[in-house]
Amino acid sequence: MIETLQKPSSAFVSHEMNIKLEAKNVNAFFGKTQALRNISLSIEKNHVVAIIGPSGCGKSTFLRCLNRMHEVAGGTMNGTILLDGKDIHENDPVNLRRRVGMVFQKANPFPTMSIFDNVAAGLRFNGMAHNGHLAETVERSLQQAALWNEVKDSLSKSGMSISGGQQQRLCIARALAVNPEVLLMDEPASALDPISTAKIEELIYELKKDYTIVIVTHNMQQAARVSDETAFFYIGELIEFDNTKKIFTAPSIKQTEDYVTGRFG
Amino acid sequence: MERHFQHELESIKTTLIKMGSVVEENFDFAIQSVLEHNNSLAQHVIDTDSRVNSLEIEIDNSIIDLLALQQPVASDLRFIIAAQKINNDLERIGDHAVNIAESALTLLKYGKLESLLEIPKMSTVTKLMLRHALDSFILLDPNMARSVLETDDQIDELNRTMINEVIELLKSEKRSVEIGLELIRISRNLERVADMTTNIAEEVIFHTQARVVKHHAEEK
Repeated sequence: MIETLQKPSSAFVSHEMNIKLEAKNVNAFFGKTQALRNISLSIEKNHVVAIIGPSGCGKSTFLRCLNRMHEVAGGTMNGTILLDGKDIHENDPVNLRRRVGMVFQKANPFPTMSIFDNVAAGLRFNGMAHNGHLAETVERSLQQAALWNEVKDSLSKSGMSISGGQQQRLCIARALAVNPEVLLMDEPASALDPISTAKIEELIYELKKDYTIVIVTHNMQQAARVSDETAFFYIGELIEFDNTKKIFTAPSIKQTEDYVTGRFG
Repeated sequence: MERHFQHELESIKTTLIKMGSVVEENFDFAIQSVLEHNNSLAQHVIDTDSRVNSLEIEIDNSIIDLLALQQPVASDLRFIIAAQKINNDLERIGDHAVNIAESALTLLKYGKLESLLEIPKMSTVTKLMLRHALDSFILLDPNMARSVLETDDQIDELNRTMINEVIELLKSEKRSVEIGLELIRISRNLERVADMTTNIAEEVIFHTQARVVKHHAEEK
């Protein structure tokens, strides 16, 4: 039995005032199958946290618990997740998902909509499109997603007409348009070529100035490059959560060492 | 698209340049302490070596982080490998400067010597080699780096001459054995510093041209 490590190093426990998201004893299930066991970790504001681990370790499930998407997929959970100290289950899920946006593995622009409308969609859905600043917000979101210069002359073209890497940044722009506080990214670059991947990674680095980001990735090098802290999950348990430099230079737990050095998983 | 990783590489280079200037100054002071019989300069070199050691550790840590987190490739990888070796060479030059300063303090007990034999000449050449090696790293100039390699033979030759001259001096019983040993020690340290500057120059060539020139590898 793996002993679950719930506490990160004291280096960032001391920043309790800056905690944006906090999971306490979270268990998640699909029917009778338990996907997460007693997960507790704290995510600091304006930090990037990477979640790594082999397939089926529960990293995507954990991500989806953070904005209650796990329920949408038919799952259940217990334990507590706090956003700014308040239980997310006391929040309306639609409002929660506006505050905690999500970007998926496969770019999923709305196929019948233009580039402009794709970004504006979230604003319209959330009733935020009536403030007269729609075009301004769309431009700001596209700029934040480092896509504006590439699409500013073709905003009326279909969201499907641009490359895969651009589509993924379009989805990031769509998530940013509703002014979220946290961005959850589930393998956001796994289907992209190296240049597009590098652009997404640079974007993550830029976005953390304004947002708190949690990224699930199969790519350990990507976790190392983009994150401040890394959580290693294995068979539904949190094995180690620490500063990314520590995880990739001197992890405390042997299983983490074995995983990051490619000896298992 | 500029990657933030480039800033981290630049930061390592900046810290190495800072370390280079501290080491170069200490080496100059060590030589001056011998040539000018200057006690306080020698003591200054000994006292400030800890700064060089701290910079070495700082650079080491940055390099480990960069290798672990950023997986550099191609010229970035060559830079980081070169930087790690240059870091080590500079720290060693700092140690040799301390050795020279300690010899200067020992020689002070004997008053002003009539002649320091080949030491002034060796000092001038080695100082120039170090300056050119550091400049070639700052300017990424492989030609300047090659000029350093070509100079190293002069120092080796001067060191051999120096040893023979000290032997003759001791045979003639004009000087105490301790003076002779310290003169050889200084000469030996200067020769090692010249070797380290050669290493730095070789790393600059490796970084800029992806060529391995150490151990005469190009001629093989």
